[in-house]
Parts: sequence; C-alpha cells; structure tokens
Amino acid sequence: MSEITPDLVRHLAGLARILVSDEEVEQFTKQLSLIADSVAHVSKAIDADTPSTSHPIAMANVFREDVVEPSLSQAEALSGAPDSAEGRFKVNAILDEE
Amino acid sequence: MAKAELMNYEQALEQFEVVIGLEVHVELNTNTKMFCGCKNEFGNEPNTNVCPICIALPGALPAVNKTAVESSIKIGLALGCEIAPTGRFARKNYFYPDLAKNFQTSQYDEPIAFEGSLDVEVPSGKVHTVLIERAHMEEDAGKLTHIGGSTGRIQGAEYSLVDYNRAGVPLVEIVTKPVYGAGAEAPELAAAYVRSIREIVKGLGVSDARMERGNVRCDANVSLRKHGAEKLGTRTETKNVNSLRSIERAVRYEIQRQAHILANGGTIIQETRHWHEDKGATSAGRPKSDADDYRYFPEPDLVPVQPSRELIEALRATLPEKPADRRKRLAGEWGFSELEFRDVVNADLLDQIEETVTAGAKPQAARKWWMGELARIANESEEGAVPNITPAQVAELAKLIEDGKINDRLAREVLGYVLAGEGSPAEIVAARGLEVVSDDGALIAAIEAALASQPDVIPAIREGRMQAAGQVIGAVMKAMAGSADAARVRELLIEMANK
Amino acid sequence: MTDLIRKSASELAELISKGEVSSVEVTRAHLDRSAAVDGAVHSYLYQNPEASLIAAAEVDRARAAGEITSPLAGVPIAVKDNLTTTDAPTTSGSKILQGWVPPYDATVVKKLRAAGMPILGKTNLDEFAMGSSTEFSAYGPSKNPWDLTRIPGGSGGGSSSVVSSFQAPLAIGSDTGGSIRFPGAVTGTVGTKPTYGAVSRYGLIALASSLDQIGPVARNVLDTAMLQDVIAGHDPHDSTSLPESLGSMTAAALKQDVKGMRIGVIKQLSGEGFQPGVAARFKESLNLLAAAGAEIVEVDCPSFEYAIAAYYLILPAEASSNLAKFDSVRFGMRVEPNENATIERVMAATREAGFGPEVKRRIILGTYALSSGSYDKFYGAALKVRTLIQRDFDAAFAKADVLVSPTAPTTAFKFGDKIDDPLAMYLNDIATIPANLAGIPGMSVPNGLADEDGLPVGIQLLAPAREDARLYQVGGWLEKAHEEIWGKRMIDFAPELEVK
Repeated sequence: MSEITPDLVRHLAGLARILVSDEEVEQFTKQLSLIADSVAHVSKAIDADTPSTSHPIAMANVFREDVVEPSLSQAEALSGAPDSAEGRFKVNAILDEE
Repeated sequence: MAKAELMNYEQALEQFEVVIGLEVHVELNTNTKMFCGCKNEFGNEPNTNVCPICIALPGALPAVNKTAVESSIKIGLALGCEIAPTGRFARKNYFYPDLAKNFQTSQYDEPIAFEGSLDVEVPSGKVHTVLIERAHMEEDAGKLTHIGGSTGRIQGAEYSLVDYNRAGVPLVEIVTKPVYGAGAEAPELAAAYVRSIREIVKGLGVSDARMERGNVRCDANVSLRKHGAEKLGTRTETKNVNSLRSIERAVRYEIQRQAHILANGGTIIQETRHWHEDKGATSAGRPKSDADDYRYFPEPDLVPVQPSRELIEALRATLPEKPADRRKRLAGEWGFSELEFRDVVNADLLDQIEETVTAGAKPQAARKWWMGELARIANESEEGAVPNITPAQVAELAKLIEDGKINDRLAREVLGYVLAGEGSPAEIVAARGLEVVSDDGALIAAIEAALASQPDVIPAIREGRMQAAGQVIGAVMKAMAGSADAARVRELLIEMANK
Repeated sequence: MTDLIRKSASELAELISKGEVSSVEVTRAHLDRSAAVDGAVHSYLYQNPEASLIAAAEVDRARAAGEITSPLAGVPIAVKDNLTTTDAPTTSGSKILQGWVPPYDATVVKKLRAAGMPILGKTNLDEFAMGSSTEFSAYGPSKNPWDLTRIPGGSGGGSSSVVSSFQAPLAIGSDTGGSIRFPGAVTGTVGTKPTYGAVSRYGLIALASSLDQIGPVARNVLDTAMLQDVIAGHDPHDSTSLPESLGSMTAAALKQDVKGMRIGVIKQLSGEGFQPGVAARFKESLNLLAAAGAEIVEVDCPSFEYAIAAYYLILPAEASSNLAKFDSVRFGMRVEPNENATIERVMAATREAGFGPEVKRRIILGTYALSSGSYDKFYGAALKVRTLIQRDFDAAFAKADVLVSPTAPTTAFKFGDKIDDPLAMYLNDIATIPANLAGIPGMSVPNGLADEDGLPVGIQLLAPAREDARLYQVGGWLEKAHEEIWGKRMIDFAPELEVK
C-alpha cells in the first residue's frame, strides 16, 4: 500500500542532490516503504481544525537591531573551501542555464 | 538563439486578450543584511561582507533585521496592503551555488503584507488600478561570475566563481494579481507599474531603487487568451528585465511571440524566459517541472513576526505622499501643460525636476534643461544614463541665465564643462571668464564698428524695418565671440538709431 | 592521580578553588586516562593533549589572578563533535566534514572557555546525530564501558562513554529525540535535555532545528546542574533562545526534596512491554517516591501513540533542509565524478560519498514528507500531532508536578542488533521523543541495574517548559535514594576497564 516506488526514490534523491546507485534505490525503496507506512497514521490523529505547532515554545518578534557586526576576513571565509580563486569560491561549470 | 516568429502587434491584440503579472524584487538599503550583521553594501572586495550565517557554515543561525521588517511593512502600507497580524518565514528549498544554504529564507503562506492596490498612469493618461496580491520578505543570493568560454556567459564556461557579499541582502518581493484589460497598453503599463514601485520605495527611503544596480528587478508574466475565454492561458515568466525600457519591450515581444504560436495552433510552454536587450528578444530558459518542488516549510530557526497595531500605525504615520497625489500636486505647482507634464513623467524626470525647482530654478527652466539639452546628451551617450550633473547644478545654470550673466549659448558651453567635471556652473563661468559682456561701452564700440561697414542699417531701422538690426547684432556677436548679451545689443542699436 | 578521575566535577572544582590541585593536574589525569582506555572505548574523535594542557595552565593563571570566578573553573570537559570549535576539527561524525576547522566557536563553547573549563576533546556521535548507538558514526562506534560489545547509546555515545569511562568528569551533549537521555540511561550516567531555548543552539550543527537542544552530561545530578548553569542563558544569535533565566539548577539539585510533590506516571509509558528489569526498577523508584511522601498519580497521554511517527516526519524534513548546505562549495568534502563534472553532478557525487546510509535515508524521507502532494498528510499532519502532544502534556501537568517513565525500553543492546532495522532502532526513542516535540525539559537518572543483564537502567523525569529546576530537585533526591539502597553510586558498579 505504500506509494514509494524506485522511481519516486530516484526523484526524491534528485531533489535532495544525492546520487544513488541501483542497489541503494532498491534498499531505500524497501526501507522507506516500511517507514512511510508506519508514519502514515499521523493523519488519522488530527483534523482540519487542529492547529499546527512549528515551534515548541511559542515566541514572536525576536529581532536584531540593524547594526553592523564584524564580518569574517576573506581568508577566513575561504579557509574551508575545497577550491577558490580571486577571493571567491570556485565551482565547476553550471549545467543549468539560469 | 533563433529569433522566434512574431505576429504583428495590432493583429495580436485583435485576436487575443493580454494578461500580465509582475513580480518586483526591491533590495532594501538597510545597514546590514536580512539575517546577519554583515554590511549591506555594494562594490566591496568579494567575500568580505560575509560571516558564518550568510555563507551558511554549519551551526550558524539567522536573526531577523528589525529595520528590514519595518521597511517591508512601510512598503506594504504604501501599496495599500493589509499587514498580517502573524507573518512567518519559510524555507524555499532548491540547490544553486549562489544560494549558500541551498534554501532561500522567504515567506510562503503567511507574507507580511497582502491585498493591496496601486493606481498606475500610462503614457496615454489612462489610469489602471493594479491589484497587489502580496509583498513578502526574503533574502538575495550571492553573485556568480562565469569564467572561460567565449562569452563570459554561463554556457560554455569552464568554471564559476561565487561571491557571497550580496547573499542575505534583504529583499521585498511584490507580486501583483493577474492584470486584465490593459490591452495594447500592457507593455507600457508594466513599465509604468515598475516605475511607480520605484518611486514609492525611493520616496519611502527604504531602497536606493537603482535599477542599473539591481536594486529593483522585475520578472514579467505574460499570457494570452482568446477574447471572451474564461480560462487563463499558459504563461511565461521573463526574468530579470532590468530597465523600464526593456520591461516594455519584453512584454511586447512575448505578446507577439505567443500570439504567433497560438494563432498557428501551437501551445505555449510554461517556462522561464530570459530577455536579451541586445537582440530585443526573449529566449527559453528552464521549463517548469517537478524539479520546481520547493518543499516550503516554516523556518524553524525563526519565530513569527507579529507587528502590533501601534507599530503599524506609527509606521503609517511616517509614509510620504503617494506618487499619484504627488503628481497632482506638482502638476498644479508647476503649471505645465498636460502634455508637458506627461512627457516629464514618461521620461522619468519628475525627481530631477522637482529637486531642481527646490534648488531655486523656475519650473519651466528646469523642465527645459532636463527635457531638452540633458535628455539629448543622455540619448547620445552609450548607456542612456542620466548625465553627470546634479539638480542643484542645473538650477545654478538656470539662475545664471535668468540673471543675464550668461546667455543660452554660453550656458550650453558651461554645461559641457560641468559634465566634464570642472565644477559648478558659477565656478566655471568665473574660472573661464565666460560671463556675457554687459559693459555698454564695449558693446557700443563693437556696434559702431559693425555700422561702419553697414551704413544702411540705421536708416532702415528708422524706417521701421527692424529685421535689418539682425545683421548688426550677428556681426557684434561674432566679433565678441558670443559673449555679448544679444538683447542688450539690440536695445543699444535701437537707441542709437533713434538719437 | 588516578583517584582524581573518579571525583565528581563539584569535588574537583572545590579542590581547584582551594588550591589543593591545579587545573593542569586534573586535566592531565583525564588525558592520561584517555591514553589508557580510549583505544578500547573510542569516545573521542579528536584530542589535542598539548592544547588542553595549555588551556588548563591559562585557567590556573587566570584563576590565581582572580580573573575567573566560575564555580566550575578549572574542571575539564569533553564536547560533542557537533559543536563548532575554532581550535579543533568539527565533523559531526560525518565524512563530509572530515578535517573542517570552523572559523567560529559555538556559543556554548565560548561559555565553557569563559568559565575556565579546558576542553579535553571532541566526542563521537552518530553521523549528524542521527542514531541511537553511534554505529552510524563515519568514524566507527564508541563502546559502552559496562560491556564493550554493547552500544553506549546515541547519538551522544561519545559523551556518555567519556564520562562513564572516567575520561572526563563532564561532557556536552545534544538531544533531538533522546540523544542525551538514552545514552545516559544505558551507561549509568545523568543527562538533561533542558527546555527548548534554554541553551543557545548557535554553533550546534543542526539536525532538526525545532527539536535540537544542547544539554549537560555528567555522572551525577549536581554536576549536571552546575554544567547547565554554565551553558544556559539568552543568546541573541539564536532567535529561539529564551529571553528569561530559568534560575539556579545547582540550588535545585541541592534541595533533594520530593515530599508533597505530585509525580505523574504516563499511562502510555508505564513500562508495559519494556524489558522486565527496566520495568521492575521503574516500579521500585515509584515506591521509593511514594514512601518519601510524594503523591503518585496516573496521567493519560493518548496522542503519544503518534509521537514516533510525527517525530520521524518532522526530524527528516528539517534535516533534509538543514543538510542541504553540505554541497562542496564553501567547506567540507568535494568529490568530482569521472565524467561531465558539472557543479550539479559534483554536489550529488559529494553528497553520495560524504553521507552515510542513515543520513541519506532520512534526507530522502524528509524530502518526501515535504514534497508537494505529501506535505499535508505527512509533514503538515505531524505539526498538528505536535499540538496534540503539547495538549496532552498540558493536561498531565495540571495533575502532576513532574512526570516519570523509564528512559528507554531496554538496557544497552549489542552492536549490530538493530543496525539493519531502522524501525526497531527508532523505537528506542519512544519515551524520550515526546519531550522534544513539546519543547519541555527531560532528564535521565540511573535507578539501578537490570536483574537479567546487570546493566544500568535510567528513569526519565519530565517537567513543564521552563521548570527545569524541578528535574534537578527530584533527580537529586532519586539519586540519593538509590545510592542508599544500592550502597554506592550506580557508576561504581561498572567493571574496571583494562588499562593499556
């Protein structure tokens, strides 16, 4: 009864930018089916009127004053980068055309 | 990029109804970024206005800029929107190298402002009411530079470099509802709408509103449907059309392109398109697809924004005059003809002229300079940019003429030196000795010299043939290299003839 | 010096403050202990003994100069490796972060440094804190000092094993669904998950932002309280940080009084179906409380039935988004595919190689829970269940001051027992998860050994949001009562580790 199919797993892995091997697809399909089935009953517990809780402790209006704080130096910012050039993070060519 | 076939514009409008929708991104001019204390500043060394938050290092958390929230509320109020009692940030999830967290912190189903409207006047003088769906807060992305390949563009690049100085700069995105009924004026309406938004945010002081710097950016949605059809047609979204002129051109182009496809039995693909100013055309970008599943959910690292009534009313009290009201007021104060005033609005020169008048110039003089000589210079320049002169300098120039210190010809010469950066008009006149000669003695000497070779002139004037004076005036001006006050020469000549 | 390592943090602090022992000596004793036993226990992912000793020497100097007055000044501490430190690599147990040295300190780390607490090293965890056993650490599991073939709990198995093997008197943990309390229960130690927002999360590598909370780990309740007092407090860098102080936990721990308190037993977590030794110890603890004048009441929390399901939707959803930043651009690992190495493919290949199977599983599950068409029935429904669980707690706390349950259904299980069965692994958290969903504080305190395996068992205490002090008050009493019955501290039943 689970909707988890190998194609769905591939699609989700694509959205999450993770390459998956065929074996992983097979394994994840099985495991996620079980998990998805076991969590599916959450929708039975609630109705449309039940409010959502996205923050465990209700708070509002937490702001920062618009005051400049020290930034990292360029060297610090780039210190963990796998590759950089001209003070910038260097990445491989982009496929997408945007 | 093959240029698409286009239908003749009038024909397209005969066959189809145009529906547009506009998404305008306004960069706020806060001191710091939306979610961290890094400077919100343009033009610094790459990756120097960055911190663990805006380059998304593991463990860093956002904190909301209070001023950015207040600016967003002001924009909402200026657009006649409701301000949400509870606004919430949400994560928009997608991967792109300029988006450090690989999600954009934005707002989704609970934007800070919603349901507004804006009256927009198009060049014909007609006023369209554009309904605003929402205005929400979000953050800008970093800047990618594509290296290698032939064009510096993304296609064919060998690699790209990322600078996150702009990442996290506060944005307000203003989204209209579908705009119907603009007909042939849809392109002009799109541009006029963006101009109005720009005037509003500039007037509010919440954005520098410089389109050439990307402070105001527009995505234009266009769809067509048969007249009388109920269902909206498939729309395309043309991205980042970054000048008023290109907005107008891009919308017009999309109308013609889509009309041609539809009239020939084709279908419009829902996609992102890119405007190419040089080619005057849009090209297909990414089609909308499953990959656009942004998986929005409430941002768990931030708490809701719940502006109090008192805060909203306090911010409302700071709002400046509405653009439409301002125009009405200025039109009254300046006394321009309707046509003159509309031309000024369409040339986007209201601000300059108002500032010039404030600096002491007469309205007509200010209009004459900005719409005349300065517009001509702007048109001739490559960028079409506003010339390098301040309204105060224009006012000074106008004053020099009014006081008879210089004449029109000299003024144009002075203007050239101002644009070249030599200083203010008065300084230049003094430094270069350009003041008109109003010393009667010198003028009389020059007139007598001219009369010596044209003895017929005095009798002619005495007989009432005033046109004869022109020859002498011309000779005097020539002899004095243009620095004579022509009106005074004429007066003196007539005096001499009547003696 | 070996007796130094068996002393509690409060005892060490007192010795240091009296000048009877220096921070350098205490720190060295613990470093020596690690050199002797950590090869077997594997609590640490990183230690730099020289740097720890330099920090201790600086504390001794500053203390002598009167510059540091913190109650725990000089007492060394181990820090879970999902907190950023500028002087040590921070991996969160993942290969994708191997060798990354952050350019900033977590707020909690800053507080430890300011309090004069030398850092002994960074402790092991399941990758990105996803797990209950440390078997999902990319750097190999930590062992339970009670039985090296058994798990030390997770995700904070490095922190639980480091204090239970006497390599550190104190440790920092993080608890998203029980990662402090479950390891505490199975190693005979104490751990608290404070009220959500009581301790700043700035610099904690996020698993699930709305569930994560940093907390103290120690061998007794007083030490745990003292450590919470050091690390708690408002932080403007964490927008979910509570603005108010929750008072002194140390004072509460010293109260040790339960007379007249209403202790609620949650019907759904009363020990039924749990391992017999776990259930038996729980009953005994209730009897002790009743005998001391506490009133035992039963409370009904029907929505707890849905807690695990809601948790395993909310956590993966938030995690899938939090872990998107691991993309090979600004930090961490980069893997280039052999052909067509566009940035998109580099990102995907890096995440394939850098994340372990549990992380990938949860990211994909979370992506599913948030995707269009699934949101309402999964993530959206889970947020609503969260409201129901909060309401259950509200009703329960109307009847009781503190709620109690066994911390975990079982004692420490063997390595490999559940690693291939994600659902079985998730059930370990059945008793601990509701507190994270509701944001309330919870603590695990040892309450004896299970008859069938002689392994430690923990009792969980829960209090309303911001009432962390109640946990320390009741926990302190329970600890004392159990020590009186068993004749010594639970941790002293642990077998001696073989010293290298």
